[in-house]
Amino acid sequence: MTLALTVEALSKSYAPGRPPAVDSLSFSIGRGRTLGLLGGNGAGKTTTIAMLLGLLVPSAGRVVALGHDMATDRFAALARMNFSSPYIALPHRLSVEENLRVYGHLYGVPRLAARIAELARDLELADLLDRPAGQLSAGQKTRVALAKALINRPDLLLLDEPTASLDPDTGDWVRSRLEAYRAETGCAILLASHNMAEVERLCDEVLMLKQGKAVDRGTPAELLSRYGRDDLEQVFLDIARGTRAEEALA
Amino acid sequence: MNGASSTRRVWGLVYRHLALYRRSPPRLIELMYWPVLQMVVWGFITAYLAGVQNNVASAAAGVLLGGVLLWEAALRSQMGFSISFLEEIWSRNLGHIFVSPLRPWELVAGLMTLSVLRTLVAVIPAMALAWFLYSFNILRLGPMLVLFFAALVMMGWAVAMGVTALILRFGAGAEALAWSILFGLTPFAAVFYPVSILPDWLEPVAYSLPAAHVFEGMRAALLEGRAEWGHLAAAYGLNVVWLGLMALLFRGQFQAARVKGALLNIGE
Repeated sequence: MTLALTVEALSKSYAPGRPPAVDSLSFSIGRGRTLGLLGGNGAGKTTTIAMLLGLLVPSAGRVVALGHDMATDRFAALARMNFSSPYIALPHRLSVEENLRVYGHLYGVPRLAARIAELARDLELADLLDRPAGQLSAGQKTRVALAKALINRPDLLLLDEPTASLDPDTGDWVRSRLEAYRAETGCAILLASHNMAEVERLCDEVLMLKQGKAVDRGTPAELLSRYGRDDLEQVFLDIARGTRAEEALA
Repeated sequence: MNGASSTRRVWGLVYRHLALYRRSPPRLIELMYWPVLQMVVWGFITAYLAGVQNNVASAAAGVLLGGVLLWEAALRSQMGFSISFLEEIWSRNLGHIFVSPLRPWELVAGLMTLSVLRTLVAVIPAMALAWFLYSFNILRLGPMLVLFFAALVMMGWAVAMGVTALILRFGAGAEALAWSILFGLTPFAAVFYPVSILPDWLEPVAYSLPAAHVFEGMRAALLEGRAEWGHLAAAYGLNVVWLGLMALLFRGQFQAARVKGALLNIGE
């Protein structure tokens, strides 16, 4: 399997004497695969994603994205990656089309007008292209954020809670588009989410984080079986509360 | 590294701000507001000081008005750079910018381009007003005007890079510097009076600023019709030194922000 992302013993400490935000994390994602990054608030998901994107320098460890070492060659990797988070906005006063043009230029997208038209068709944005991004509903903003994340046809996509605050119908629509894009392009996806149904549906493998450490990993089916639970939410609670069902594992 | 790709990324950043101004006329008006207001106030002051209402385009008045116009170039250049960076913080867009392939030096190049555009939009109406209201035509400085103007714009970039580095270091708390820092240098920049007026111990401080050399050169050109190449060379030499130092400071603070995680919550 060709690896899109390799993370080796990644750690981040913000200050001496404080527990590390991320502690010796190792994992990899193959092309066309989706890895779910799960953990409670403060588990280290955002810090991990920030290091994968080169926004934060690790205290130790190594990230290789699409064959490029992020410590020495991050811009070559960033041109083929993209990122979406509901917590980082696009400029509100610019129209949807202007926003997509800005990011199309930043990512060096060839035939940009055609790419924007293609995304507008695929993500049902045609009627929104002239609207200021700040005047859109949460669902519309999510579609625009997804369009921005796909503008450069990324080979590696990092998604931080891509369906947060969306109604079930819109959430399902976004998940369908992500599945379609992955199937079409072989893109690798790292998904941080608190929506366990979403993780079960999209992820080939799940990495459970607690206090910056990987505490378990496996396919959703393996985790359910290991913890003797019916859904990932119960597994998540077992891990987050430390009430791991030892008897079920015995 | 491909030059065309770099140029396109810089254009992406510039386009983002041009689109913003196209959709926000108040921002455009605000660009012109202060330089025009300064010109109106200083125009009347010089008319009053000249004491000859029908001869305000005297040499002395010209020196004051020329000072106002050229100092605005430095002020608007510095603000154009710093405020364009702050716009990214205010719109919470910096995260997307920093995880795109845009290199830090390309970010700086984009901010410099925006600074020039904003400066021209701000200063040209004030120049036109000076000619229309007070018969002061700064274009009579000829090609020297371009050299003075460029030197002051470069000084504005150096100060703005320092301000941006402080914003990276201290976060939004350092925002106020974007508006105030260059005003604080006005007394030492010898905008309205020669450096020789300053106390002896302050003269070296003034001569460490490119602006003081530019305004000495401007006075020589306007009052005596003489080109002060020595002052001009000193201004450009100092600009190279200050730009180099501030670029190092910016690079250091950008790297420190990546280590400390400040880029994750810089707007807070």
